[in-house]
Amino acid sequence: MSNEVLSAPHSMEFAYTRSTGPVVGAFLTGLRDRKVLGVKDSRGEVVVPPPEYDRTSFAPTDASALVEVGQEGVVTSWSWNPTPRSGQPFDRPFAWALVQLDGSDTGLLHALDAPRDAIRTGMRVRIRWAESPRGFIDDIACFEPVEEA
Amino acid sequence: MSTEPVTAVPVSEIVTPIRLDYRYTPGEASSRFLRGMKEGRILGRRCPSCLKVILPPRGCCSMCGELLGEEVEVKDSGTLVTFAVVNVNFANRTIDLPYVTGEVLFDGADMTTMVLLSGVPLDEVRMGMRVKAVWLPEEQWDYTLANIDHVEPIDEPDADYESFKELL
Amino acid sequence: MRDVAVVSYAQFAARNEQSRNEIEFLLPVVKEALAPTGLTSQDMGFTVSGSSDYLAGQSFAFVSALDAVGPWPPIAESHVEMDGAFALYEAWVRLQHGDIDTALVYAFGKSSPGDIGRVLSLQLDPYLAGPLWPDAASLAALQARVLLDSGKASEKDLARVVARSRRSALGNPHAQLKGEYDEAALLDEPLYADPLRKHDLPPITDGAAVIVLAAGDRARDLCEKPVWIRGIDHRIDGQALGSRDLSVSPSTTLAGRKAGLGDIGGGVDLAELHAPFSHQELILTEALGLDETRTRINPSGGALASNPVMVAGLVRIGEAAARLAAGDGQTAVAHATGGPCLQQNLVCVLEADK
Repeated sequence: MSNEVLSAPHSMEFAYTRSTGPVVGAFLTGLRDRKVLGVKDSRGEVVVPPPEYDRTSFAPTDASALVEVGQEGVVTSWSWNPTPRSGQPFDRPFAWALVQLDGSDTGLLHALDAPRDAIRTGMRVRIRWAESPRGFIDDIACFEPVEEA
Repeated sequence: MSTEPVTAVPVSEIVTPIRLDYRYTPGEASSRFLRGMKEGRILGRRCPSCLKVILPPRGCCSMCGELLGEEVEVKDSGTLVTFAVVNVNFANRTIDLPYVTGEVLFDGADMTTMVLLSGVPLDEVRMGMRVKAVWLPEEQWDYTLANIDHVEPIDEPDADYESFKELL
Repeated sequence: MRDVAVVSYAQFAARNEQSRNEIEFLLPVVKEALAPTGLTSQDMGFTVSGSSDYLAGQSFAFVSALDAVGPWPPIAESHVEMDGAFALYEAWVRLQHGDIDTALVYAFGKSSPGDIGRVLSLQLDPYLAGPLWPDAASLAALQARVLLDSGKASEKDLARVVARSRRSALGNPHAQLKGEYDEAALLDEPLYADPLRKHDLPPITDGAAVIVLAAGDRARDLCEKPVWIRGIDHRIDGQALGSRDLSVSPSTTLAGRKAGLGDIGGGVDLAELHAPFSHQELILTEALGLDETRTRINPSGGALASNPVMVAGLVRIGEAAARLAAGDGQTAVAHATGGPCLQQNLVCVLEADK
């Protein structure tokens, strides 16, 4: 009898249904309406996405007092993903970016559809919305460059 | 592009599917055991410290914290140490209710194995009953304990309670 | 506070442990760590492990690993779904209660069966970040760019970290990536996860580590030279990656202060920093205020040379303690991290018995 060790493919698969709570719920409702919402926090900065609790004062965020930010913004950081993985926004190499939308003081993490050598920190990008937003983070399909004037 | 905002129910729930894929190896000891099952053999391993025959072997004696030693082939007849009559199905089970699961001490092993019991009226099932494995047809054998489909009673006197009470 | 010391340490690490399961490679490490103390796992007052079931893809996988410590008759044990360094913190807290004198800390994990970069995506905010499945290297690379854009570090600094790590790893039998590498040649390599190159990323490592802790005089009974934990603390930064400055690590700075790093006058002799990506070593060095001309950084080669996930932080503590016990320095700082982009950080200040 062989002493060779056996191996087999194994998948772990589950789908959680998660309650969003009022703040994340309001943010996702905004996405479904093709709007991006944030909150003006105790530092006077607009935080996108809005956290449930203020990052400095820890006061609970008022979900009814969210503010809308722009649909365009600036890349504050980016990286290249050479090996796309299952579930990611693209199935070919692509960029990730932190984008500070106009009116926001923080970066939103998402994919950026642009060739690698065209990407620069500080470049202007805009949201490309999904065809049928449903109240999920992928209502933003990705960011794309804003053409220079 | 702008569409009228949908006056709909605010989002309060999302479904987040998770899937991770692995190449799993059960390890050296378990691989030997599973290869044995593919050949219709039940292979336990002896702990060098407490000398018990561990079944199924996964590398280590869980009581002593020692790597397992010699391989010991165990018979496919044994003693029903304890059992449960199951009246409620759970997800994905397709066995007719009620059914009996039991812990069987196969002859030669020092640990019990959970199996299905068949071929005996419910009111005759008892601790100490002598049973034997009923295997799937050989052409269906794979690297799995499930090659043993279930156990059935055999015509032998019940085992004495003293002989298995330590395993309860 | 009770004085607690590291009295023994052992580890195993390999590129791809194809044959043995976690129990089979953890057990010899437990034995190796216990042997010099003359104790068995039954003698330990408390046992605690660090690991993550997601590496194995099986819920409660950590429970079966208990077989490796021989938990019969029943032992007092605990577990954290984190790097073993945080399990060590729990053991240190437990020893402060005063009723027990010894603790066994172990950590294990196989990164090779799954796609570890993708597994670690599960550490992210499950609502807004997780569903995009950003992998660990992509996020680390985002952080690297923030650091490079800030002007605080350059590509050359990253290459210097990699070259020094691999050179130091030549002296480490447990390291996978070791050798003499020319910094200029490293910079000639193509970008991979721009701005990081392949060598800025850690290897995929399977491994286990065990540390035995003892309190007070018991520590002197169990080994020649106890290495005392002079201070230990851990802190965490916010989870939203776009809401913090990724080029700094305030939680590391705070943990260092609370662990009393500043009390070691003149700086520590060596530092083992848990930096799986090259740029992170620079962030951590700055966060802890380390002077590289005074303090040797990662004499083991660090996580760039060997990165058993869920174990590498405990290994930093073990490697630092082992060097002090061998007389290779009097004081050290060991650091461990968890979460994306250095989100959570533990700092442990060590001093060899005089």
